[in-house]
Amino acid sequence: MTAGTSKLISRQKPTRLARITQHLKREWQLYLMLLPTVIWLLVFLYKPMYGLQIAFKDYSVFRGVAGSPWIGFEHFHILFENDQFLRALKNTVIMSAYGLLFGFPIPILLALMFNEVLNQFFKKTAQTIVYLPHFISSVIIAGIVITSFSPSAGIVNTILGWFGVDSIYFLTKPEWFRPIFIGTGIWQEAGFQSIVYLAAIAGVSPTLYESAVVDGANRWQMMWKITIPSIMTTIIIMLIIRIGNILEISFEMIILLYQPATYETADVVNTFIYRQGLQGGQYDFAAAAGLFNAVVAFILVMTANTISKRYSRTSLW
Amino acid sequence: MSNMNLYSRGDKLFVIVNMVLIAIFMLSTLYPFIYIASLSLSTGFEARAGNVVLTPVGFTLEAYKQVLSEPQFWTSYKNTFIYTIFGTLMSLAFIIPGAYALSRPQLYGRRFWNLTVAFTMWFNAGLIPFFLNMRDLGLLDSYFGIIIGFAVNGFNIILLRNFFEAIPQSFEEAARMDGANEFQVLWKVYMPLSKPAIATVALFCIVSRWNGFFWAMVLLQDEDKIPLQVYLRHVIVELSDDEEFANSLLTSAYSFETVSAAIIVCSIIPILLIYPFLQKYFSKGILLGGVKE
Repeated sequence: MTAGTSKLISRQKPTRLARITQHLKREWQLYLMLLPTVIWLLVFLYKPMYGLQIAFKDYSVFRGVAGSPWIGFEHFHILFENDQFLRALKNTVIMSAYGLLFGFPIPILLALMFNEVLNQFFKKTAQTIVYLPHFISSVIIAGIVITSFSPSAGIVNTILGWFGVDSIYFLTKPEWFRPIFIGTGIWQEAGFQSIVYLAAIAGVSPTLYESAVVDGANRWQMMWKITIPSIMTTIIIMLIIRIGNILEISFEMIILLYQPATYETADVVNTFIYRQGLQGGQYDFAAAAGLFNAVVAFILVMTANTISKRYSRTSLW
Repeated sequence: MSNMNLYSRGDKLFVIVNMVLIAIFMLSTLYPFIYIASLSLSTGFEARAGNVVLTPVGFTLEAYKQVLSEPQFWTSYKNTFIYTIFGTLMSLAFIIPGAYALSRPQLYGRRFWNLTVAFTMWFNAGLIPFFLNMRDLGLLDSYFGIIIGFAVNGFNIILLRNFFEAIPQSFEEAARMDGANEFQVLWKVYMPLSKPAIATVALFCIVSRWNGFFWAMVLLQDEDKIPLQVYLRHVIVELSDDEEFANSLLTSAYSFETVSAAIIVCSIIPILLIYPFLQKYFSKGILLGGVKE
């Protein structure tokens, strides 16, 4: 560095500093407003990210996060030889994929159906009812599922009994877990998810329908030729986002519904982490599983965001 | 589309089939709730025998008497109210000023601060580091831990920020002329104009507080501090596996099933009471929350 440039920098410094000081003097209130949120994010969300280093350490409670010795990728080596983890990873993807296959089209259908209802009272009532389960807690939903599928008194077995089928203890049967879990998810969320599509439909220009009527189109034709093509962008964006969130599965519901007898089909990555870490105390190992999950999920979500942004130029979420 | 009057015969059929399908969907949404409500009002004997299908069999309020006479039910109900009310107020105290600051064009490093918030929506450290952090902060088994630990949420901040950003600057000019500072502008201009958005965020907080169970289950051991959802899980999920317990509870008047159903009904009621507000604001809210950068 020559004497000339350092002189220049030293001359610039006070002006820059002075500018910031002046800005702060005038706008300090804004920073004061932002401060609590920033501190909160640092303490409760960013500090745990620093704590993620235990995934590469032999963590001991007494030595703490920083004091525990590094062991490199050992937890990850063990993780990828752990049958339970691999099973959980497989189950996560399978359940998300089934959830997508059966759960994705239903909100679209519902929105299209709502749009065709002319009686506003009927429409409002129907919407009020189908949105409701979204607001009910997973514990209550699980309670309803457990009660309904109970072998002794549940309504499902009562109905099966009418047809001479013997009582089945559904929640202990691995082959029944996925249908019950996915069906519950659809029952709870399909109605509410239709809101996004209804909003998209509301944005379709009425002139399109008016000119279609003049051309003698019926409602069925208008739905296929106008409504569906008009909301295709929204459908594709939602699909990309759902695929991006494939590792995000509502594990709270799984924790409530699964039991050792159904781990085989029900155990997902987050329930595995919960059992190994929070119930079993293997914090470092479970954190490694969590880190793997979070990194893959992050990559998927960012990719999905980028694609959907390119597709629409305005990402929805 | 409601302004069209010309229908062919095919259209009429289409409309009718459509209404029938919606009605079926509606009824299958409602049925589990009706079933649980009827179960809670039936006698234990009939419930056990699987005789309850649609309406209560052998009407009795015995199950509710059992639920309401359990002190732990009231303790956890009270706790849920504490977590919901104080948790929501805490969230608003963080989120409103934070979102306002992020919406101001003159904020230095605005892009960076927005990214700091948005990043937490895409990446989080996961269950274990969050738990260890709460433990290191001494926030296990504490009311304060539950209230502060979940106060801020990136989605809610961005939702409110988007709303503030959409308010034209001209609204605040009069207040600025009068020499109002940022706090006064927020309080007197932006907050009154943003009532629907603030209501939406408040309702998001209320619902997630009322329904939240996972972290309360993990962070709270003390039975005096657990919220309703954790108590519910204990009774309905854990005890449902315990055949012996279920049998011990069975009397002719009530059974494990009717008591479970009664607890479920008792904990749904508050959500049903605020549901008209929820429906009004939520659909707007989820559409407002689009992440714009």
